[in-house]
Amino acid sequence: METPRTDDAVRIRGLRKVYGGVAAVDGIDLDIHHGETFALLGPNGAGKSTTVEILEGYRSRTAGEVDVLGVDPAHGGLAWKSRIGIVLQTGGDTGLLTVREVLHHFAGLYPNPRPVDEVIAAVGLEAKAGTRVAKLSGGQQRRVDVALGIVGRPELLFLDEPTTGFDPEARQQFWELIRSLKAEGTTILLTTHYLDEAAQLADRAGVIAAGRLLDVGGITEIGGAEARVPVVRWSDAEGRPHEVRTHEPGRVVASIVDALGGEPRNLEVIRPTLEDVYLGLVRSAERDAAAHAAADGSTPTTIPAAQPAVDAEEPAA
Amino acid sequence: MSTNVMTQGGSRIGVETRMYFRAPDTLFFTFLFPFVMLAIFSAAFSASGEVGPPGSEITVAALYLPAMLASGIFLSGVQNLAIDIALEKSNGTLKRLGGTPLSPVAYFLGKIGQVFVTGTLQAALLILAGWLVLGIALPTEPEKWLTFAWVFVLGLTTCALIGIALSALPRSGKSAAAVVIPIGLILQFISGVYLQWNMLPDWLQNIASIFPLKWIAQGMRSVFLPDGWEALEQNESWNLPGVAIALVVWLVISLVLSRLTFRWIRRDA
Repeated sequence: METPRTDDAVRIRGLRKVYGGVAAVDGIDLDIHHGETFALLGPNGAGKSTTVEILEGYRSRTAGEVDVLGVDPAHGGLAWKSRIGIVLQTGGDTGLLTVREVLHHFAGLYPNPRPVDEVIAAVGLEAKAGTRVAKLSGGQQRRVDVALGIVGRPELLFLDEPTTGFDPEARQQFWELIRSLKAEGTTILLTTHYLDEAAQLADRAGVIAAGRLLDVGGITEIGGAEARVPVVRWSDAEGRPHEVRTHEPGRVVASIVDALGGEPRNLEVIRPTLEDVYLGLVRSAERDAAAHAAADGSTPTTIPAAQPAVDAEEPAA
Repeated sequence: MSTNVMTQGGSRIGVETRMYFRAPDTLFFTFLFPFVMLAIFSAAFSASGEVGPPGSEITVAALYLPAMLASGIFLSGVQNLAIDIALEKSNGTLKRLGGTPLSPVAYFLGKIGQVFVTGTLQAALLILAGWLVLGIALPTEPEKWLTFAWVFVLGLTTCALIGIALSALPRSGKSAAAVVIPIGLILQFISGVYLQWNMLPDWLQNIASIFPLKWIAQGMRSVFLPDGWEALEQNESWNLPGVAIALVVWLVISLVLSRLTFRWIRRDA
C-alpha cells in the first residue's frame, strides 16, 4: 500500500527522537494525503508535540525520514515556510499592535497572502479589527493566532489545540472556517484534546501514546469495528443494572420490553463516540505497558476497548 | 530575494517602532531616562556654578549633555534590544516568526532600524532640550558635527549589535531586565556618564576603557565640550582614532557573537 511520494503532503518513515536516552518518539510511520484533514490524538507527553514540531522544522530528529510538501523540514528554507501555516499553542506577544496591524504585517511576509479584511472576517473579528490584541479576550486572541496561521494561504496548515478557550459558538464558527479551508484544498494536521472536534473535522486520525502510533484510520473506523459496537443499558424490576453490547440494539430493546412486560427503567442505547474509542485505545496501551513492566516477557492480555469509557458516559441518576 | 529582504525589513522597522512607543516601560527606561537624568544632574549641581579648566568653564548642564547623549546611545542599543529580544525568545514571538518566511536578516534589520529611528529622535530631542531649555551653547564648527555623526552612527550600530548578542544571556524573559539593567548601570558609572570622567582613578579608567561606552562618551565630549577640556582626558587628548578602533572592534565581536548565538527557538541536543 505504498502511495507515490507526490500524493502525500506528509510522509514519515521510522521517525525517532531521543532526549537524554529516552525515546519521546519511537518509530513512527505515517502518511498524510494532500487535501485531507488529519487529527493526531494522544495524551500529554505521548510524543504528539515533538512529532509535529519536527514536521514544522522546529526540532531536529534522531532517526528516520521526514518529507513535508516534498521537502525535508530540517532543511526547509523560506520558500518552503511560505507554503505552510502554523498555529502554535502559545502564540507569542503581539499585544501592542491592533488586529489589523499585526495581520497586515504578517500578510506582507508571504508571496501570495489572503486579503487581510477577508481573514479578519473569516475569524469573526471585524468589530475588533482596530483594537490592540492585548485588549481582546483569551478566545479572541486565539482567533488572531488562527488568522496569522492562515493569512499566508498555506498548502499545509498545522493546528495545535486551536480552539482552547473558545466558547461553543466561537468553536462552531471555527469549525466552519476549517471546513472552508478544506474545501479550498488545504491539507490540515490537527492536534486536539477535544475528540468531538476531531470527529467533526478530520477525515482520518492517528492515536499516539508513549511515542508510538497505536492506530491510524478513517475517523469513523479507527479503533476497529468491535470498539464501536453499541451498548444497551437498563435496570430490571429490582433496580439492578444490566448492560449488553450488540450490533442489533433495536432487537435487544424489543426483547427486553417483551421479557419485562413493560417499559424498562433507565433504558439507554449508547453508540461509542470517538472519545470512547480513543480512551479505550490509550487505556489498553497503558495496561499493556504496565503488564509488560510487571511481568517482562509474558503476553499482555487484551481487554475490550470501549468498555471503561462507556461506564464513564453513564449519566448521574 | 534581496528586494524581499528589504521589503520585509522595512515592514519590521514599522511594527518594531510602533511597539516601542506603545510600551510604557521602554518609553520611560530607554527613551526618557537620559532626559530625566540630565534634568536631575543639572538641578542637583546647579549651585556649584561653572566647572572645568581655567578659561574653559562651562555649566554642569553643558557637561552632562554629551554624557546623556552617550547614555541614550547605550540604552537605545544595548538595554533596549537585549531585554526586547530575550522577552521575544521566551514569550513565543521568535518561535512564531521562525515559522513564517521572515528572513532572519530582515528581523535584525527591523531591530536595528527601530534602534536608529528611536535613538536619533532621542538624541535630537536631547540636543534641542539642552539648547532651548538649559541654554547650552552648541558647537558651530562643521567638523564637530561630522565627528558627532560618525560617533553616533558607529556607536549606535555597535550598541545595537551588543544588545542582540547580550540577549542570549538571560535564562528567561522575566530575568532579562534584572540581568541587563545592572550591567548598564555599572558601565554608566565607570565610563564617565554619571560621574565626571577625570574624577575617576586611573585603574577604574583603565577598566572602563575595555568597554565601548567610555569611548562613545569620550567622542561626544570631544564634540560638545570646549577646547581645553581635552587636558582632562587620558593622555590629554580626545584620541578620536582610539574611539573609532575601540567601537569597530566591539562591532565585529558582537556581530560574530550574534551570528553564533541567535536561534529562532532554543535548539535541543
